[in-house]
Amino acid sequence: MANIISDETIEYVGILAKLELSQEEKEQAKKDMGSMLDYIDKLNELDTEGVEPMSHVFPVHNVFREDIVKNGDDRENILKNAPEEKKGAFMVPKTFD
Amino acid sequence: MSLTAVELGKKIKAGEISVKEAAKAALDSISKAEQDNNCYVTVVEEAAIMQRAEQVQKQIDDGILTGPLAGVPVAIKDNMCTEGLLTTCSSKILENFVPTYTAEAVVKLEKAGAVVIGKTNMDEFAMGSTTETSAYGETKNPWNTAHVPGGSSGGSCAAVAAEECHYALGSDTGGSIRQPSSFCGVVGIKPTYGTVSRYGLIAYGSSLDQIGPVAKDVTDCATILETISGFDEKDSTSVKREEYDFTSALVDEVKGMKIGIPKSYFGEGLDSEVKSAVLAAAKALEEKGAIVEEFELNLVDYAIPAYYVIASAEASSNLARFDGVKYGYRTNSQVGLHEMYKRTRSEGFGPEVKRRIMLGSFVLSSGYYDAYYLKALRTKALIKKEFDKAFENYDVILSPAAPTTAPKLGESLSDPLKMYLGDIYTISVNLAGLPGMTLPWGKDSNGLPIGVQLISNCFEEKKMIRTGFALEQTREYERCPQAAARD
Amino acid sequence: MKQYETVIGLEVHVELATKTKIFCACSTAFGGEVNTHTCPVCTGMPGSLPVLNKQVVEYAMAVGLATNCKITQNCRFDRKNYFYPDNPQNYQISQLYLPICRDGKVEIETESGKKYVRIHEIHMEEDAGKLIHDDWDDCSLVDYNRSGVPLIEIVSEPDMRSADEVIAYLEKLRTTIQYLGASDCKLNEGSMRADVNLSVREVGAEEFGTRTEMKNLNSFKAIARAIENERERQIDLIESGESVVQETRRWDDTKEYSYAMRSKEDAQDYRYFPEPDLVPVIISDEWLQEVKERQPEFKEEKKARYISELGIPEYDANIITGSKRLADLFEATTKLCNQPKKVSNWLMVENMRLLKENEMEPEDITFSPANLAKLIELVEGGTINSSVAKDVFEQIFKEDIDPEKYVEEKGLKMDNDEEGLRVTIEGIVAANTQSVEDYKNGKQKAIGFLVGQTMRATQGKANPGIINKILKEILDK
Repeated sequence: MANIISDETIEYVGILAKLELSQEEKEQAKKDMGSMLDYIDKLNELDTEGVEPMSHVFPVHNVFREDIVKNGDDRENILKNAPEEKKGAFMVPKTFD
Repeated sequence: MSLTAVELGKKIKAGEISVKEAAKAALDSISKAEQDNNCYVTVVEEAAIMQRAEQVQKQIDDGILTGPLAGVPVAIKDNMCTEGLLTTCSSKILENFVPTYTAEAVVKLEKAGAVVIGKTNMDEFAMGSTTETSAYGETKNPWNTAHVPGGSSGGSCAAVAAEECHYALGSDTGGSIRQPSSFCGVVGIKPTYGTVSRYGLIAYGSSLDQIGPVAKDVTDCATILETISGFDEKDSTSVKREEYDFTSALVDEVKGMKIGIPKSYFGEGLDSEVKSAVLAAAKALEEKGAIVEEFELNLVDYAIPAYYVIASAEASSNLARFDGVKYGYRTNSQVGLHEMYKRTRSEGFGPEVKRRIMLGSFVLSSGYYDAYYLKALRTKALIKKEFDKAFENYDVILSPAAPTTAPKLGESLSDPLKMYLGDIYTISVNLAGLPGMTLPWGKDSNGLPIGVQLISNCFEEKKMIRTGFALEQTREYERCPQAAARD
Repeated sequence: MKQYETVIGLEVHVELATKTKIFCACSTAFGGEVNTHTCPVCTGMPGSLPVLNKQVVEYAMAVGLATNCKITQNCRFDRKNYFYPDNPQNYQISQLYLPICRDGKVEIETESGKKYVRIHEIHMEEDAGKLIHDDWDDCSLVDYNRSGVPLIEIVSEPDMRSADEVIAYLEKLRTTIQYLGASDCKLNEGSMRADVNLSVREVGAEEFGTRTEMKNLNSFKAIARAIENERERQIDLIESGESVVQETRRWDDTKEYSYAMRSKEDAQDYRYFPEPDLVPVIISDEWLQEVKERQPEFKEEKKARYISELGIPEYDANIITGSKRLADLFEATTKLCNQPKKVSNWLMVENMRLLKENEMEPEDITFSPANLAKLIELVEGGTINSSVAKDVFEQIFKEDIDPEKYVEEKGLKMDNDEEGLRVTIEGIVAANTQSVEDYKNGKQKAIGFLVGQTMRATQGKANPGIINKILKEILDK
């Protein structure tokens, strides 16, 4: 395998992705990601010099909305699926910052 | 239940079958077949279905509903939001999510008088090619329940094949309608990107996702597509097309049409029986006067790696919202915020989803974005160019839908990379935003359906539909034996 | 001790004055009940999709043009990925790669003279929701009313060297944006927020020092204090041989110190990528021209016009044009009564006094130009005298009363009845022989006391001109 994924990388990606993997899952993830990246490295065979990255396939642009209020109070619906709520708000473990 | 959607719609309109009878028949079929197939995550309660059926019946009787799909029962893939009806994406993380609004495509069906009977099983968040990554058990291929139905729209395709509904909606990000349609011996269309609104479709790879129809024949698919397509101001990537008429392409006439067969699709890894089937389909078209040629389609091998970078990257971001704060599953452990995020997501997502989120987060992370993500977007541009070139010469591309017929249950997940390679013929269509469809073309020696794929240029679904319709006229629709046995 | 120079760059977030949010049709109104201005889009419901508010683009363009930026005619949105509960999708739609405006500059003036502050870029993005800490349940509560409110972020180059320059720059941005009507720019309500990037270096050094980013600055005073404090903190670190850590700090203005924000779970790796749910914004030359033509008269031009065409003193013109609200009020009132100097006087004297007394900003003014114009006409037409007018103005300022009705109802019209006044004044003269004596002995001032007594006797309504005339007649007899 050309791409060796280190423990640190898996740890770091876990922080980014907010996933907590067991030791076993980490080992598997290292292996899977390594082999996927090896496969993805195939793209390096392609000369893409000067090619504009294409994020949208069609040249559609300027899709706008006029600045008109159309939504009313929909709080009841918005909170319907909340795991925990209080006083009309979503409740989460205490957090600072 | 063996009727196509359009046939049933006609009988309902003629008063030969009531909407309630049609719905009841679908429910009966589900109650008999579900234990074998597990096509559905949720079946709507009978009382609610009957109430809806009555409402639709009245609107038909009053002449308000006159369309071809009025009163016909439909199944919806479980990644489309349905108001008041559990929508799980076949994931534990949405085990209790009841949307408060309905996806635009489903709204359009309902306006046309569709009766939604249930939500179909899928690979978790549409990530997979077998419907085995569902948190609610795998769906089985009704042709042979030891085999997978394909994926990710495996529940929709199996439900149509098993006659547990008359038609269904699926979604296709890298082949998720076309591949399971081919494995289940039904017809499926992935429209041009932007043709069907994605509003209410729970995103996997936003730049690739499209909703499309799954049904027994091309006529049904064209009719359904005509109903669900249209510009939607709620979806900024929705395209204002000049026309949304697809059924006028249902003509048995391909004389002079130029059909291209990409040589590179017939290399290593293609099952010989599948290959023969595609060549037989080519022959059938030739006999009807089409001009069939082989041609070089380059860059085929680069589509899968580019796809996995783009789709995983988008997925890693799209799935960030599942965090236990606003909806869905939340861990039971009493922990701080960031620990709550981690546990919720680690407990809520299955292994394949985690794998793609990890990969997607990595390719976007600092220092890798250019090498992976931008490289993949550049590759996508080149692939699109290749297809542009091909469509200068051909009206339609004919190809296999998948390298093999449906594999056995449990064979695929152990080697993800191998599973990904199974999408080789379908994936580039999504990258280039093209429309593609598959339709059944015989069976292999194990009695499993083989599908062929037709691809046309962007916004030229009609050419593909016409070709598919002509091909379909040369053979009888083959019912799945399991369904036939229930008659 | 070594001499240090402070190097400051600002990231200024401005909430735009659109009626709806940037990507959905929810109201942006301030102060609604928790989560009542929300929908599937701004709460990150699965399957929801953003649709861009055109007004946001126009406001951003207008601010860019007013700050001499180049407008990016093919601009796009990107996703900034990070987990936090105020951010419902766990990504923020923003602009990294192709922001709408780049390479601008604004001129500022401080005691040390005029200079330019360069603007690196202006980009559009969505605001986050609000976290409310609940001690009772030891949890935090999330309100998404602000989630999706449109923001522009104006990023300056590190061109400022003192708190004075920072405040001059912010004031300049504020008046410019207020003139455009693009935002009310209230620091205390958070519709304008400035993050201060600050580093120090020895005077004469070429290289920049390590910078910190200071957040939570809610007033100009807080900004000035935080700058001074952070400068001292960094110099102390350097002097004691330690080094400045690049970090984000939070200013606590009541305790007047800052602390580093925790970042253990924050990798600061935002994984930006082009937003696939939104299409590019292409700004044609025609569109750009349209927006250009709609640009209003800004402060400097207005001020010059007030001085040369309306004869307003420079000092007054500067203050009135310093606030869009005042300038609008000035112009609207002048249009009604055609007495620019009088309008200016009312705004500069009584209005300013009341603003100060009530700790209000010009933006908080609620009275209408019509009522001020009427008041001026009442005074000029001799219907009320100036001391009554001040009282009436106070009522206008407080409750926007109609001065004509008010004067009528309260019977405040000027008393011009010469015969009646003569009787009153004769009585006052007879009762104040000492003052009369003083006056006759050359104390001109004594007459003022007698005028005051007359005013009191007439509840302030007497015509002061007539009082003076009669008094003189009696005293000089």
